[in-house]
Amino acid sequence: MTWQLTPRLPAQPDFLWAEAEPKASYDVIIVGAGGHGLATAYYLAKNHGITNVAVLERGWLAGGNMARNTTIIRSNYLWDESAGIYEHALKLWEGLEADLDCEVAFSQRGVLNLAHSLGDVREGRRRVNANQLNGVDAEWLTPEDVQKIAPILNISTDVRYPVLGATFQPRAGIAKHDWVAWGYARAAHAMGVDLIQGCEVTGVLREGDRVVGVDTVSGPIRAGRVALAAAGHSSVITASLGLRLPLQSFPLQALVSELLEQVLDTVVMSNAVHVYVSQAHKGELVMGAGIDGYVGYGQRGSFPVIEHQMAAAIELFPIFARAHVLRTWGGIVDVSPDASPIVGLTPFEGLYVNCGWGTGGFKATPGIGWVFADTIANDRPHPLAQPFALARFADGALIDEHGAAAVAH
Amino acid sequence: MRITVDGVQLAARPGDTLASALLRAGRRVLSQGIYTGRPRGLVSAGVEESNVFVQVLSGSGEPMVRATEIEAYDGLRVRTLAGKGLLPDEPDEARYDKTFAHTDVLVVGGGPAGLMAALAAGESGARVLLIDDQPRLGGRLLASRAIVDGLAVHDWVSSMRDRLQALPEVTVTSRTAVVGYYDHNYLVAVERRTDHLGSAAPATMARHRLWNIRAGQVVLATGAHERSIAFADNDRPGIMLAHSATAYAWRYGCRPGRRAVVFGAHDGALAAAVELADAGVEVAAVLDVRDVVGADFAAALARRGISVQTGATVSGTLADDDGVLRAVLTSAGETVAADLLAVSGGWNPAVELFSQSGGRTFWSEAAAGFVPDTAAQPTHCAGVLTGAVSLARVLSEGAGAGAEAARAAGLDVTEPATPSVEGELREEAAPAAYFCVDSAAEETVFVDLQRDATLHDIRRAVGAGLTSVEHIKRYTTIGTAADQGRGSGVLAVGVLAQLSGRSMAEIGTTTYRPPYTPISFALLAGRDRGRLADPERVTAIHDWHVEHGAVFEDVGQWKRPWFFPRPAESMDEAVRRECAAARTGVAMMDASTLGTIELQGADVGLLLDRLYTNVFSSLKIGSVRYGVMCGPDGMVIDDGTTARLAEDRWLMSTTTGNAAKILEWLEEWLQTEWPDLDVRCTSVTDQWSTVVLVGPRSRDTLEELAPELDCSVEGFPFMTVRQAAVAGIPARIMRVSFSGELAYEITVASWYALAVWEAVFAAGEITPYGTETMHVLRAEKGYPIVGQDTDGTVTPQDLGMGWIVSKKKPDFVGKRSFARADTSRSDRRQLVGVVPVDGRSRVAEGAQLVSHGAVLTQPPVAMHGHVTSSYHSVALGTPFALALLDAGASRHGEVLDAVDDGHATAVQVVSPVPYDPDGVRRDG
Ligand SMILES: Cc1cc2nc3c(=O)[nH]c(=O)nc-3n(C[C@H](O)[C@H](O)[C@H](O)COP(=O)(O)OP(=O)(O)OC[C@H]3O[C@@H](n4cnc5c(N)ncnc54)[C@H](O)[C@@H]3O)c2cc1C
Repeated sequence: MTWQLTPRLPAQPDFLWAEAEPKASYDVIIVGAGGHGLATAYYLAKNHGITNVAVLERGWLAGGNMARNTTIIRSNYLWDESAGIYEHALKLWEGLEADLDCEVAFSQRGVLNLAHSLGDVREGRRRVNANQLNGVDAEWLTPEDVQKIAPILNISTDVRYPVLGATFQPRAGIAKHDWVAWGYARAAHAMGVDLIQGCEVTGVLREGDRVVGVDTVSGPIRAGRVALAAAGHSSVITASLGLRLPLQSFPLQALVSELLEQVLDTVVMSNAVHVYVSQAHKGELVMGAGIDGYVGYGQRGSFPVIEHQMAAAIELFPIFARAHVLRTWGGIVDVSPDASPIVGLTPFEGLYVNCGWGTGGFKATPGIGWVFADTIANDRPHPLAQPFALARFADGALIDEHGAAAVAH
Repeated sequence: MRITVDGVQLAARPGDTLASALLRAGRRVLSQGIYTGRPRGLVSAGVEESNVFVQVLSGSGEPMVRATEIEAYDGLRVRTLAGKGLLPDEPDEARYDKTFAHTDVLVVGGGPAGLMAALAAGESGARVLLIDDQPRLGGRLLASRAIVDGLAVHDWVSSMRDRLQALPEVTVTSRTAVVGYYDHNYLVAVERRTDHLGSAAPATMARHRLWNIRAGQVVLATGAHERSIAFADNDRPGIMLAHSATAYAWRYGCRPGRRAVVFGAHDGALAAAVELADAGVEVAAVLDVRDVVGADFAAALARRGISVQTGATVSGTLADDDGVLRAVLTSAGETVAADLLAVSGGWNPAVELFSQSGGRTFWSEAAAGFVPDTAAQPTHCAGVLTGAVSLARVLSEGAGAGAEAARAAGLDVTEPATPSVEGELREEAAPAAYFCVDSAAEETVFVDLQRDATLHDIRRAVGAGLTSVEHIKRYTTIGTAADQGRGSGVLAVGVLAQLSGRSMAEIGTTTYRPPYTPISFALLAGRDRGRLADPERVTAIHDWHVEHGAVFEDVGQWKRPWFFPRPAESMDEAVRRECAAARTGVAMMDASTLGTIELQGADVGLLLDRLYTNVFSSLKIGSVRYGVMCGPDGMVIDDGTTARLAEDRWLMSTTTGNAAKILEWLEEWLQTEWPDLDVRCTSVTDQWSTVVLVGPRSRDTLEELAPELDCSVEGFPFMTVRQAAVAGIPARIMRVSFSGELAYEITVASWYALAVWEAVFAAGEITPYGTETMHVLRAEKGYPIVGQDTDGTVTPQDLGMGWIVSKKKPDFVGKRSFARADTSRSDRRQLVGVVPVDGRSRVAEGAQLVSHGAVLTQPPVAMHGHVTSSYHSVALGTPFALALLDAGASRHGEVLDAVDDGHATAVQVVSPVPYDPDGVRRDG
């Protein structure tokens, strides 16, 4: 019997970063070493020369949603504001490995968003048209075209919710989340940023309306500016200032199968039936489930959500019936009222927030790092961040991709 | 029995697993390293297996399963794999079921501790469910030679099974693995019902069954998995976990080797050496890393002429031409010829389920393993899981845990006597926490066999600056393969501890995540496949639509007639004909899918005043009112009519797709914000069916069908409701219109729907129509469809319905938002009509509106709005579309380009109500 050999994935760098002890004060403290916090630190150092920076992480570096997401990257959002930030991110993704000088397994294998109802078709075409006019690559595909890209997809009309077409973004794809986080951590560390794990921020130090540092489990640390990138926990941190952020945190689950010979080389998302799937670099199917119905900070979701999702998955991909779920896990997604992120200044001088990315912030990592760093360095919103200001919940200028596009992730 | 492996036939015996049959047949090389290609063989006899996975070709097929977990049957066919599974193309025709169980006490694990726990709890009268994943009860006793209560273990296990079966409230389920432990003592188990039967499997029986279990109390008696030790060239076929080797010998009756070296770090390894020797394996050497070993064991080995080398390790191994183990190199510099190297680094208590439940574990020096600490749920742990070693202790812990659980479940318990145990050696020397024999050849010291990950990889990870075990796992990929890290997880922690000088406790483990063993996608889906994937809702009139050639559209879960083509008619032709009938004659539609919610109570008017933008409390009995609901952000979420049937009885209709959401919306406000309101909501969508009668001649038809009803304009005014017999059947009739024409909605109990529909149809030349015609008719009147012409960013004012937003009401959901700077802008995106400048081109729904003549090849191109609905209007004789356009209300007359798929069509902005703007037709 002879077996096939599998090529190894490229190796990660020999050195990533060294642990640091917190100093008494920094120019900028970033709370949360997820992808966003790390990317922000990197661009603060690289684009703005601000290197007296600490990233404080409650647990292990990039162990929150950054370690739990399904890594779908795309920029084919409907509204100009969203297309702006996500396309900025996608362009950075396209140069990221060179910029960070390390492998992040960014693979532009394309993303399909399936339509199963006339409403989905209408919405899909609307979004494709908007994307094209915004200079974002996008196509509308017939079911037959869809099957050429994903031959294992069942496009027969004989199923409960037949595929009526799909939007396709060829430049979209996936990456390895850990490698992205480590790439940023390594590059930031090399420029002098302190990465501090096991250092939970418990409060914010203020003098009047000015923020001057944070309280942590290892004592207070002073800072000229404090930037929150703690996802759903950002609202817990601002609560100590009496600042309520309009966020709700829900469990969201994902799962992987055993390693399988290649059957799918694109990303398929179907919002209508709650399936999104790709086959990752090692060969496992990576699937996201729907959001739980209840709020909570527990990083575990409910089992019925997964059962429901699998029923839909097998309808679309009959070949998946015999695959196995090897591991499931949950993250906590921070959802704002219009399901768009909150980025920018706050009523407190020296305090900046970046949160509310909900089910879709991984893809924004480079873009938001860039834009948030610029916002912090210049103490004014970067033009791409401007529409996402906290103030929109007071003036009503919402950016509702949810209602309009009903597409997550 | 005959089985076929890679096309070669082998013999198997009843009770064999695929693995034991392979071993008996002398097959040693059964896989290879996924990256290194190094030959690999069986390392275990059970769920710890991390090398030999196969694709099952017979029966229902499986892409990738442990050879140690497949029960052999006549005709079993498999293919060996190297690290990756293969999904077969053929559809999976097997049936998968789900079942639900509620129990006072769930006992997980049918080994000695679990059996005693089930007995103790069962004898108290508690409802007990005992679940075990093996084909037979007994757990580790299946490979043991101990004497319990004077009986050989097999006989004792049988006697226990009989005693349990005699208890009416006790259920015992084998071949069932508990795989998930969720909050509120909710556990999930997978039962394998027919896999072991091969072709004898009854076709009527589900292959696998998923158990959803709610347990009052849970006893975990999940045992332990044996841990290996890493050393140079530790991956050769012939190197096996020591107790797996003894299991092959004593449980399956096949000799795992002829000449063995045993290498261990605890007395259990010595016990395995005794068992191997007694099974006829020549034990050539016993190496123990410790300086002090259990005296009983050393003596037992000495009696068999075997001496224990203490403070000794394996420094490497040699292989024959096939890569199979040939000799073991020891730290003393010896080369010992052997075809079996039985390794035991200690026991890893099977804490997976305990951890999933939220319980914390701690590193026990005494047990040299991570054991359960405090439980997070009503969970009781017993047996080897807690670090217990001797059988006597395991049995008494089991009885104790079962009794404690039953007591906690509220029952009176008399704990059963703990059985006596004979013939067990006492383990008395402390185990060593020993994981890895360091070696310069660190790339051959495998920590995760399936991932081909080595000591070198861990050392690199540490060198990279990583300290968290989660990082090490991700950097090295250790623990991420199909064996779910069972063989490598704790071992990697140990190696890390040894390398970094940190303690096991400080490093801890990675989080254990469900499922405990893999679950197939098909089983998770259960019966929810094909047409049952999602409930398919049809109206009581559905069969008639099918018979009359309707083409259907999915609207939410409903199948709705889209249009009714006549033979050889295109969709466009059919829709034109249907529209013409509604505008000039009489047409009918099945509107039963609209959500209907009956509201009762003294405060319904108040509730509706708060949830709709307009006033409802003033509605007179017998009248109907149209309303729009908004979210707190002021954006439209639903619309529909509500009738007041009596002082305290109202009937609300919602859009088809939103029915459930709106009921939840009402309940959420009632339950969380206004519990003081006297309102009860009941969904009655299925109970009532509605036939819509539309067109200038609809009055004539209704008069004919309901002779005692006064159908005159004065007798039955617009927006009122009447009760009358229609075709002899009690009906509620509303005069409302979604088309601008004279129209009636006839609602009857669903039992009568078909009869009434047929009676209406038979009343003469009435054209049935579907949702497409409904859409055209309403678009010609500028009536928006929520979810099509709105998208969560549209206010009632944007729709030109400022009139429906009350200025008088003190408050309602959304009111505050209308005062916000952005929401009150006068240049928001507003509903308009657009018509093609050429009078012919129908623009696409979803087309974006840009300035006329904008250069499309130079993005970004500013977008002013988009086309939401587009039809050929029969009434106008031209295409007509609705669109949302920036400041649209003030741009009528302007020419823009509608862009779809890169093509621009010039359109003119017009009023969204092109047809009968004064509403003169609604009275017929
Ligand atoms: C199951 C799942 C699937 C997803 N799939 C996708 C996808 O396919 N594509 C996509 O684009 N997005 C996806 N997402 C969303 C994406 O993961 C998140 O939007 C994104 O990771 C959030 O940014 P982050 O990486 O900075 O957050 P996180 O990684 O969550 O970072 C926040 C960090 O803050 C730390 N922290 C919190 N409180 C404190 C405190 N008090 N002190 C110090 N540190 C603190 C946390 O420990 C954490 O490390 C998914 C999310 C989940 C859960």
